[in-house]
Amino acid sequence: MTVVEEPASKAAPPPPRRLTMAKAMVEGIAAEMERDPSVFYLGEDVGAYGGIFSSTTGLLERFGPERVLDTPISETAFMGLATGAAVEGMRPIVELMFADFFGVCMDQIYNHMAKIHFESGGNVKVPVVLTSAVGGGYSDGAQHSQCLWGTFAHLPGMKVVIPSTPADAKGLMISAIRDDNPVIYLFHKGAMGLAWMTKTRRALGEVPPEPYETPIGKAAVVRSGRDVTVVTVSLSVHYALDVADELATDGIDVEVLDLRSLVPLDRDAIVESVGRTGRLVVVDEDYQSFGMSAEVMATVAERDPSLFAVPPVRVAVPDVPIPYARALEQTVLPTPERIRSAVRQVMG
Amino acid sequence: MAAISQSGFSQSGFSQSDHPRSDDSEADRPLEGSVRLDLYRTMVLIRTYEERIRQEYHADKTPGFDIGAGKIPGEMHLAAGQEPVAAGVCPHLRPSDALTATHRPHHLAIAHGVDLARMTAEIFGREGGLGHGRGGHMHLFDPAVHFSCSGIIAEGLPPALGQAFAFRQRGTDSVAVAVTGEGAANQGAFHESLNLAALWKLPVVFVVEDNDWGISVDRGASTAVADNSPRAAANAMPGVRIEDNDVEAVYRAARQAVERARAGEGPSLIEVHTLRLWGHFEGDPQTYRSDLETVEERDPIPRYRRLLLEAGVLDEASAERIAADAAAEVDRAVEFALASPEPDPATASAYVFA
Repeated sequence: MTVVEEPASKAAPPPPRRLTMAKAMVEGIAAEMERDPSVFYLGEDVGAYGGIFSSTTGLLERFGPERVLDTPISETAFMGLATGAAVEGMRPIVELMFADFFGVCMDQIYNHMAKIHFESGGNVKVPVVLTSAVGGGYSDGAQHSQCLWGTFAHLPGMKVVIPSTPADAKGLMISAIRDDNPVIYLFHKGAMGLAWMTKTRRALGEVPPEPYETPIGKAAVVRSGRDVTVVTVSLSVHYALDVADELATDGIDVEVLDLRSLVPLDRDAIVESVGRTGRLVVVDEDYQSFGMSAEVMATVAERDPSLFAVPPVRVAVPDVPIPYARALEQTVLPTPERIRSAVRQVMG
Repeated sequence: MAAISQSGFSQSGFSQSDHPRSDDSEADRPLEGSVRLDLYRTMVLIRTYEERIRQEYHADKTPGFDIGAGKIPGEMHLAAGQEPVAAGVCPHLRPSDALTATHRPHHLAIAHGVDLARMTAEIFGREGGLGHGRGGHMHLFDPAVHFSCSGIIAEGLPPALGQAFAFRQRGTDSVAVAVTGEGAANQGAFHESLNLAALWKLPVVFVVEDNDWGISVDRGASTAVADNSPRAAANAMPGVRIEDNDVEAVYRAARQAVERARAGEGPSLIEVHTLRLWGHFEGDPQTYRSDLETVEERDPIPRYRRLLLEAGVLDEASAERIAADAAAEVDRAVEFALASPEPDPATASAYVFA
C-alpha cells in the first residue's frame, strides 16, 4: 500500500525522504486508516486544526469527520468512548492533548482501559492507542510541561511507547494501532519538528514511505560506545547524542540506548550495554523518584550488581513541579549540560 | 434533535413528537398477560439469586464478620428491591445490545441474559468464572451479550457511548444502555456523557436507579434537584422519572427510549425511583437509615404478585412453579460455581496483556 505519492521512477533514485516526527506520525496513522476501516481518531482540535502539535495534520481532509472527530472538552467521556468502541472491535486512537491532562480522565484510563482485559480474564480486548504530548522546555508551566510516562508505566495493563525519531514515530504508531492492548503513545513537543518551537537538528529524519512496524519493547542502540551507557527516551535521546558527539572529541566513547518503550521494558538491552561499559547514566525528563531512572538502575542491580564499575548516576527532574521562569525550568530539565556533567562524573 | 418540550416529561414518558410510532392510548392499556408474567418471572429469578448469594456470602463469615473470609470474599452489593429496573428495561434488548452496569450489577446481568453459571463462578472467585476469578462481583464481563460493569460511580457511562458509537459506525441498529445510580448523577462523567451522547446523537439509553441512598447519604443531602430527569433537558434529550418502582412503567418508558435509540433519534434518560431493600453492602448496619420501617411494605415483588393475582394473570400454582423454577436455576448456577476450581496461584500474573 502506498501512503505517499512518489514521482514516476527515473534513472536516479530519489534522495532519502526526510520528515519531521509529526509528519511521520501522521503518515503512520494514515496508513493504518487506509488499511483498516475500524481505525478512527478522536480528541480535542484534531480535526480542522490538525492537532495542536500537528499530530493529525490532513487526516480530516483525507478521511472525513466520521473517522476524525473533534470532541468536546470532556476527556472522561471521550476517553471512555474510545474504550467502549475498542471493546466492540474498533481500533480508536484517542488524543489527550497534553499528558498533564490525565488528571481529569485517569479513571477511564487506568481503571477501565487498562484493566478490562485482566478483569475479564482475557475475554475482552481493548485495542486503544492513547496519544499525548509530553515535555517541557518552552516555559509552559507546571500543568503543561510534564512527561509522566513513569505514572502510566507504573500502572499495569498499558504498553507505553515513546518515539524519539521520525522513523520510530511512524513504525511505533503502526505497531501500536495493530496491538490488541491499550498503548500509550507519548510524543515530545520538542521533538515533533514544530515550526513554532525550538527544535533539535535531529528532529528531521529519514522515513521509509511504505508502512512498517517498529517492534514494541525493543530498545535501540542509537550510538555505540565503549565507556559509558546513557539510557534514555524521547527528546533526551537527542541531547544525549549531542553530548556524546562533543565528548568524543575528549576521547570519551558514549553509548546511547533509546528505550523506545517503557512497557514492555527491554531489560536485556540495558543489562547487555552496562555489562560492556560498566558505567550507567540514566536520563529521564520525568520526575526522579519512583520512576524510570530507578527502574533502569534496579534492572541492573537485580540481575548483577557487579556490572557497575562505578555507582550509576541519574539526570532527571528533581522532585519539583516544572517551573515557569526560563532560568528555573532549564535548571530542572535534563539539559545537555546536566547530561555532560553526569557522564564526566561516572568517568571519574 | 431540537430542544424538547415540556411534554417530554409527561408521566407517560416521551412526547408524541419525539415518538411518532408510539400510540397515545398505549400507555393506558394493560400490558399483555405474557409480558407481565415475564416481568414477574425475571424479578423472582433475580430475588431468588440475590437471596441465595446473601446466604452463601454470610454462611462462612461467622463467628464475627470478616469481609475477606469465606467462599465469597470481598464487598457484596446486592440489588434486592431494584428488580423492576432490570426486569422492565431488558426485555427490549437483544443479545447484540450493550448494557453497562454498576457496582450493584446482578439484577441487570441476569435480566440481560449473562451466563448465570459463569457469573456465579466469578462471584465465587473460581477459574470457571466469566473472568477466571480476576474480576469479582463488581467486574462482570460477558461479551456474548455485550455486558459489563464498573465499580466506579458513573464511569460505566463513557464506555457505553463507545459501544453505541461502534454499533452505529458498523451500520447496525444495536443500542447501548448505561445504568447508574442517582449518586452518579452528581459526577462529572455523568454530565460529560449525556452531553456527548446527545451531541453525537448516539444510540444510548441512560437509566438512573434512584434508590434514595448513596451509601449513607440520602438524595436530599447530596443532590440539588429533587429529580434527575430534568438533567436530561439540560443535554437536549428526553427524560422521564418513574415513581413507585413500577415495573410496568419502566417497561413502557424503556420501550420508547430503546426504539428511539434504535431509530437513530438519539439518547434518552429514564430515572426510576427504586428501592434498596438491604444495605449498601452486606454487613452494612444501616443505622443511618431513616426509612427502614417502611422498606418491607415497599418491596416491589409481593406488590406485583398481588397485582397479577388480582388481575387473574397469575394464580397460586403458577406462582409456585415460577418460584421453584427460579430456585432450580439458581441451584444449578451455584453448583457449577462450587464445582469449579480455584484459580492456580501460579497464574496470578496472567491476562494483564492480550
